[in-house]
Amino acid sequence: MSEIDLTITIGSLKLKNPVLLASGTVGYGNEISEFTDLNKIGGIVTKSISLKPRKGNPPQRIVETPSGMLNAIGLANVGVETFIKEKIPFLEKLNATIICNIAASTLEEYIECVRILNNENSITAFEINVSCPNVKDGGLIFGNDVLWVGKITESVRKETSKPIIVKLSPNVPKISEFALVVKKEGGDAVSAINTLVGTAFDIYTRKPKIKNVTGGLSGPAIKPIALAKVLEIKRTVDIPIIGIGGIMNWKDAIEFMIVGASAIQVGTANFINPNVSNEIVDGLKEYCKSQNIQNISSLVGSYVI
Amino acid sequence: MIIEKCIVQSIEKVKSNIFLLKVLSPNISTKGKAGQFCNIKVSENDFPLLRRPFSIHYIENESIYFLFDVHGEGTNLLSQKKIGDIVDIIGPLGNGFNINEDFETAVLVAGGIGVAPFPLLTKSMVNKSIITFYGARNSEYIYDKNLLNINYSTDDGSIGLKGNVIDLLKINLKNLDKQKIKIFGCGPSPMLKALQIFANENNIKCELALESVMACGFGICQGCPIETVDNNYKLICKDGPVFDAKEIIL
Repeated sequence: MSEIDLTITIGSLKLKNPVLLASGTVGYGNEISEFTDLNKIGGIVTKSISLKPRKGNPPQRIVETPSGMLNAIGLANVGVETFIKEKIPFLEKLNATIICNIAASTLEEYIECVRILNNENSITAFEINVSCPNVKDGGLIFGNDVLWVGKITESVRKETSKPIIVKLSPNVPKISEFALVVKKEGGDAVSAINTLVGTAFDIYTRKPKIKNVTGGLSGPAIKPIALAKVLEIKRTVDIPIIGIGGIMNWKDAIEFMIVGASAIQVGTANFINPNVSNEIVDGLKEYCKSQNIQNISSLVGSYVI
Repeated sequence: MIIEKCIVQSIEKVKSNIFLLKVLSPNISTKGKAGQFCNIKVSENDFPLLRRPFSIHYIENESIYFLFDVHGEGTNLLSQKKIGDIVDIIGPLGNGFNINEDFETAVLVAGGIGVAPFPLLTKSMVNKSIITFYGARNSEYIYDKNLLNINYSTDDGSIGLKGNVIDLLKINLKNLDKQKIKIFGCGPSPMLKALQIFANENNIKCELALESVMACGFGICQGCPIETVDNNYKLICKDGPVFDAKEIIL
């Protein structure tokens, strides 16, 4: 058997393998590069970048929950200008696909961010965050409104010919409606899912365990929900899906691909094992070998129901 | 920063609910400095999901020691490790204490389990004189191996001064030249705050080792911010856990 083909094509986006690092779990790449070979994975999705720097939420920002964690970081980031000046030079040196995640509070801000960053050659694609549950302005408000998601997709489409991925919120009754509007307005793919809104309280002080009261739930606890959302989109809309939600190992990654994900993102698992993405790439290769799969892309949506 | 699978060499209940864990760590042990920490996976499954951060207590040959009290599920699981078990450790993390500054006497101020980083700090400072002030609930919560010149305070007076460690410090510092000392503090937040106020009011050099809930421990999750005097956030894991007392708002 010849070398297994792990490459994945999502519109005009070509990935050397389906394993991406999720936004907000790898910073701007430099810290995690001490633990893992970023050149070996399919790509990195940067921390959300906003037009102006954001300080983020006050502590307590995170709390662990059964097989998961809640976070309310509040999109802390350096802003577009510092990102270009201080973070891009590191990312440029990597032989990795860089997907830049954009967050904004207004439609104009999304447009402006994409317009500025579109000139950066090292950025291969954009992931538009319309679904951060932890900021008061914008964020989830956009993600919960199908008209806004359509308008944002349409507007950023006009600013760039690079692939546009829209990151969808699971906190909606029907996620496939959102995927459909992204397709209609010219988006290349959707990533699903962002975190689920959750909370945790201290039973003695009766206070919330995170200052923001609610946060986004991630980790293995959300995997079954994420799989169901990916499957729902796959069965109703013809658009590439990047699966996210509680992926801890290569088996989880395969499961997402079977229900319809063309690629996957590893998030919370990076906090526990910062080398997990490399291990997943190895695991995918071994799985394909053992199952006589020549092209990993043939797994996508290969469910038997 | 290294991910290392370490063999448990010993685990011992040294006091009331305080445990001392010794692991063989040929890699992290050669790099670790006083005030740095390690992020330890206490189980092999998803519960608890996240690692737990612990100060490096002491380093001897290729072994690292961690001193911890059992106060939740994570520390409970860690306390049940057996000799020969493998624990997955990331370290050394954070910045550590700055002992290269110009001072003659190091004043170590520990509150409760906040004593954890001080034995290695004591070992690291060969050219300085050291005085240790150690406050705890009672004598059952004191573990003072590898410390020097210790003065004690306890809430119940079972050993040393009956009162808190800041009172103990104030009484004893009167005889020292404040320009020639540097305070190193580690302990619960109210103690650190009182120590910060005392040091800053008297213009004494002071570093505080903080703790926080963390997910990653090396700067990517952004989960452990501390507010700075210039109205910004720094990360306790990456920019700390040791901060100049003049730099942060507690």
